[in-house]
Amino acid sequence: MTGTDFTQGWVNGWIITIVLINLLGCLWLLWWTRKRPEDTIKEGESLGHSFDGIEELNNPLPHWWLNLFYFTIAFAFIYLTLYPGWGDAKGVLGWSSVGQWETEVQKAENLYDRLFEEYAQVPVEQLAANDEVVKTGQRLFGNNCAVCHGSDARGNKGFPSLTDNDWLYGGSPEKIKETLTNGRSGMMPALGAALGDDGTKNVAAYVLSLSGRSGSGDAEAGKEKFTMMCAACHGADGKGNPMLGAPNLTDDIWLYGGNEATIVETINAGRQGKMPSFKDQLSPEKIHVLAAYVYSLSN
Amino acid sequence: MSNPGKIAVKQADQEGIDDLYKKREKIYQRHASGFFQKIRVATIWITLGVYFLGPWLTWDGRQAVLFDLPERKFYIFWFTFWPQDFLYLSWLLIIAAFALFFFTVLAGRVWCGYTCPQTVWTTFYMWIEYITEGDRNKRMKLDAQPMSLNKLSKKVQKHGLWLTLAFWTAVTFVGYFAPIKEVFIDLYHLNVSGWAAWWMLFFTLATYLNAGWMREQVCMYMCPYARFQSVMFDAETLVVTYDAGRGEPRGSRKKSVAREDTELGDCVNCQLCVQVCPTGIDIRNGLQYECISCAACIDACDSVMEQMEYPKGLIRYSTENAVEGKPSKVLRPRLIGYGTVLGMMVLLFLTAVFSRVPLELDIIRDRNALYRETWEGTIENTYTLKVMNKTQQSQEYSIEVSGLDNVIPHIPEQVNTLPGELLTLAVTLEMKPEDIKERNSTVYFKVTSLNDPSQEVMEESRFLSPRK
Repeated sequence: MTGTDFTQGWVNGWIITIVLINLLGCLWLLWWTRKRPEDTIKEGESLGHSFDGIEELNNPLPHWWLNLFYFTIAFAFIYLTLYPGWGDAKGVLGWSSVGQWETEVQKAENLYDRLFEEYAQVPVEQLAANDEVVKTGQRLFGNNCAVCHGSDARGNKGFPSLTDNDWLYGGSPEKIKETLTNGRSGMMPALGAALGDDGTKNVAAYVLSLSGRSGSGDAEAGKEKFTMMCAACHGADGKGNPMLGAPNLTDDIWLYGGNEATIVETINAGRQGKMPSFKDQLSPEKIHVLAAYVYSLSN
Repeated sequence: MSNPGKIAVKQADQEGIDDLYKKREKIYQRHASGFFQKIRVATIWITLGVYFLGPWLTWDGRQAVLFDLPERKFYIFWFTFWPQDFLYLSWLLIIAAFALFFFTVLAGRVWCGYTCPQTVWTTFYMWIEYITEGDRNKRMKLDAQPMSLNKLSKKVQKHGLWLTLAFWTAVTFVGYFAPIKEVFIDLYHLNVSGWAAWWMLFFTLATYLNAGWMREQVCMYMCPYARFQSVMFDAETLVVTYDAGRGEPRGSRKKSVAREDTELGDCVNCQLCVQVCPTGIDIRNGLQYECISCAACIDACDSVMEQMEYPKGLIRYSTENAVEGKPSKVLRPRLIGYGTVLGMMVLLFLTAVFSRVPLELDIIRDRNALYRETWEGTIENTYTLKVMNKTQQSQEYSIEVSGLDNVIPHIPEQVNTLPGELLTLAVTLEMKPEDIKERNSTVYFKVTSLNDPSQEVMEESRFLSPRK
């Protein structure tokens, strides 16, 4: 954004004029006051001012000090020309705070990219055993993933725990990298309208029975509906399908909660799970290291 | 001619009287020697020695004193200071300020005369001037001469030595911030990094200009201390004093005239005290803000008094009261006050530094979720622990949680850190709903070093839950 985006052209000229008047005014003031016009008060003599009995004497500064003043004004002109100083001029050096930041980022990347490239040659399983890599991965995780999965990676409602070796889309290094790179979209359709209130309750009871629990509905009736409506994704045995991201319903691990009310809600209204793609934010080498960290959490 | 006033102004102009700025007069300091100059030479050797040898000391296989700015770690022997420890630096500065007050009240500007870097380097530079160009009279003659081979050779020698010393000063300075051995190797290979080269150039120039050219101008016009010293001085402060009662009326006399037989005071008006003064003042005019208390005039005067067979000490370290023959009282409330504060600060500082725990713990609660309800109904809180090992050794730490009954911690029993490592550890605390008593309870994390149990820190955080 340039100055002209929010000011009109004359503002630049105005600012430059003010700066020039200030600088030249200072210069003139220095030059004009360097001598006393008709003074005969010699060095060390009283200037005639007295405050509380303390007299002000004529104690002149040395001449080099005046030259220092002149130098500061010369410096101002040089500085304002080299750096963005005159209105919205970019300055001879072309310096900008964004440019400086980019240089620093580039410098850091040059430094660390070599390391990441080295890591990229090593298989994920092997990297996961390397303490240094895991610590690096942890920092990447903290910056990119912890906001949803928690800094301990134990997840939250709707965000799976990455520490329990239970995977929606598969826990192999390749699958983890695929998830990180392309993201995932989980989709559980809303079945409330199709099943009706009782139907939903019955299916919920059946789902609970898969992990050895019971609900208020009729599990037997629910099983029938389950085979009809749910098995396509979750499998006839309810063990899920990592191709679709359909969770295993038999292992008593719940993404949205495992009590009856929550299960009924899930069946009724469906669920939308969204894991964003990180291929624009993170280089493939960094995703490799991040995958190693995630892999290390449960292996 | 019809307007004499105008002519007078013009003359004054030529003489520079009505100039608001004063032309600097070059001071040709005469070499002084004597008791106090011996002390000064000793303090100069000590201070320069500490400065120049400092970065070459090693401790535990690395540079003993190194201020590593990129890493933000400051090594001073067995201590590693981190940016969090900057408090100690401010304490140190407070101590320095009170030490300055204390010693100024007690003995005037001894700091200026004996240990200030400006004085130390200037004195060294004056000594170089003395051995290359000779003493005051020779230098004045040399400067008045037109350029000749002899003059050129002397000037080249002087400035060459000045610049060499300045460059070495600068390299040493850089050596406090980058490992000095590497700096020297880089220098040898003419492979100095941009910033190091810039600072070397800067400090070479600054040293050369300050000690060679600016000299007393720094003390007189740039140093604030000269200006505010007067608020610390009182009638009992030890200052370089001319005993006017004994010296006046001044005047030259033949040595053959006995002291009792002359009307004159002891001052023979030889001007030596003026010629040896590095700031170009006449101490016989009384205490002046230019005086840096270097005692060169004392030594010069004493040598004359010796020749005249008069008692020494016409110019001496004395107090206003003593010179006026009033009773002296060194221990006065102001001195005791400064001394007490100084002593307290030193004591506090030493206690703080030596009882410093080289371990730091920061707890950052997860910000995205206040708490997490597991599908089993338990409540979990997540914390990121930042464990800073500020020692120069590897450390094993244990982490304990307290303050919550029946908490289920998901925390590694023991963590290992490298020297100077900042370890990031994500940990989870879990509570059963029936054990939770408050929505917001305080929980403490305690990190203890297994290698040295005195290294222990405890920090508090919160455990939040949805229930009452």
